Amino acid sequence: MSEVLTGIGVCAGVVAGPLLRLAGAPALPAPGPVTDTAAEFARAEAALAEVVAELGRRADRAADATVAEVLRAEALMADDEELREGVRELVEAGHDAPHAIDGAFAAFREVFAAAGGYLAERVADLDDLRNRAVAVLLGLPMPGVPAPGHPYILAARDLAPADTADLDPEQVAGLVTEVGGPTSHTAILARALGLPAVVACPGVLDLADGTFVLLDGGSGRVEAGVDEDIARAATRRASEVAAAASGLTGPGRTSDGYAVKLLANVGSAKNVPAADEAHAEGIGLFRTELLFLDRAGEPSHAEQVAAYREVFTAMAGRRVVIRTLDAGADKPLPFLHQHGEPNPALGIRGLRVARQRPHVLTAQLAAIAEARAETGADVWVMAPMVSTLAEATSFVAAAHDAGLPTAGVMIEVPAAALRAADLLRAVDFLSIGTNDLSQYTFAADRMCGDLADLLDPWQPALLQLIGVCGEAGRDLSKPVGVCGEAAADPLLAPVLAGLGVTSLSMSPRAIPAVRASLAARTEADCRRLAALAVAADGPVEARKLVS
Amino acid sequence: MPTRTATVGSASGLHARPAKIFVEAAAKAPVKVTIRVGDRKPVPAKSMLSVLALGAKQGTEVVLEAEGDGADEALDSLAELLATDLDAGHV
Repeated sequence: MSEVLTGIGVCAGVVAGPLLRLAGAPALPAPGPVTDTAAEFARAEAALAEVVAELGRRADRAADATVAEVLRAEALMADDEELREGVRELVEAGHDAPHAIDGAFAAFREVFAAAGGYLAERVADLDDLRNRAVAVLLGLPMPGVPAPGHPYILAARDLAPADTADLDPEQVAGLVTEVGGPTSHTAILARALGLPAVVACPGVLDLADGTFVLLDGGSGRVEAGVDEDIARAATRRASEVAAAASGLTGPGRTSDGYAVKLLANVGSAKNVPAADEAHAEGIGLFRTELLFLDRAGEPSHAEQVAAYREVFTAMAGRRVVIRTLDAGADKPLPFLHQHGEPNPALGIRGLRVARQRPHVLTAQLAAIAEARAETGADVWVMAPMVSTLAEATSFVAAAHDAGLPTAGVMIEVPAAALRAADLLRAVDFLSIGTNDLSQYTFAADRMCGDLADLLDPWQPALLQLIGVCGEAGRDLSKPVGVCGEAAADPLLAPVLAGLGVTSLSMSPRAIPAVRASLAARTEADCRRLAALAVAADGPVEARKLVS
Repeated sequence: MPTRTATVGSASGLHARPAKIFVEAAAKAPVKVTIRVGDRKPVPAKSMLSVLALGAKQGTEVVLEAEGDGADEALDSLAELLATDLDAGHV
């Protein structure tokens, strides 16, 4: 009997395999009596040795040299004579193996935590080692991402960056999480690795480890207990479709030739080769935060020019939409001293930083202008977090003063979407950041997994706001792009095109599937599907009407 | 007892990679080597956790001690390792 669970698909693709869950930290059992201290110590020692051996095996398998070195350093911490001595003393004092191991690690934990700085950060390593050793003693799987040596589908409540540092894409064929949303770490990781993934899938952790599942990262469907032959046939069909899609190249368009530009989101010149591989028509979002992160001061003019020039040169002859610094909220920058805001997402972020520190913006625009002058790229500049016509007008003036001819604004705030036509008369183009537009339209924090359904890009109210922008673009014959996660959803692409969106910018890996999806529809189809989706009662109904 | 005093040369201190290199070298020594900072209790140089717990930074003076055949040679090479910047050319 198969059982169907439904979540939100965040990275398209169909995979099948046994489901294994991310193992949590084991709880310490109630203390037990120790009769044979020598045997009890041998048990503890063997558990530590198994932890060391397992870390060594993971290090041997790790593709990344840095990851391998970190794992070996962790192994060295567990293979420690002072630690073993501590365990021996505790066992001889009458503690059982799990409690002796817990106590011996705790002694070092206290010293590390008190020392602060680097050592305090290593407390997490000590806790991880302790959890691993206790799991071995209790016969439980070691905490973390399983590495059974064969492909499987990883299930978890949610995934944090620490859980996935050495995730092996050769073994992990797909991801499914109980909570999370389209912009959670799981979704971002899945798209970066090209792993089919479903988030916000209730009930998935009730499935037994090893259950054979068929996961569709496009529709969000997870079928458990499915016949293996049927599942394999389904994945084969899906990979044939994907292969056909990757065979398509050239500019994005519908089957009847209506153009929708397919652009790539990049953070630096490092991402440009991936964009080229996917035949991106340009860059629709060049994020500039990378240059500003993790530093006490602002980057120098020369540094900024060099970083921008690198991307512009690589994209000579094509469009590059560069976004000015989007600091604040989830991306605080030390040199802006933004601490102490009661609600950073509603505080001084994006273009609003220019209210307090206008020179950061003028210096950045000057650097962009200089980098542009030396390359052949078609450079467009845009500001994040614009709410009013006055903000849009002043940004365009600043861009023109710097010598940048094409300037636009991002639509992330409902106020800006509602007045899209006014804004678009003052600027050259609009780019809709759907992640933030969802967050502000639904008053739902992007990091709040429990509200993932509100952040679904298929929410009709969000689509309606996108439609307001698209209509303004059609009336004024100016470009309106989408550069949020919504742009990477192949099923949504025809809907966005039908709403009047003229370019979609996404992670390069997502481009082939979106190109194929557009090529399968006519412009009239797109307009019809857009009308259906906006009129739907909710995101689930909207998806159903369009599929 | 043969003793050497060395100043930690690694930019990140006796942490992370430099600590790993030092501990691995100490484990290979033919004699039992201890390390201490100032008047604090000497700890085994081949214990990663104990060496990390010293919290030695770049410029911290540490004292190495060992006894037995080959102690002088072992201490010389370990002291030299400590004084070297083991982070250099890595990051």
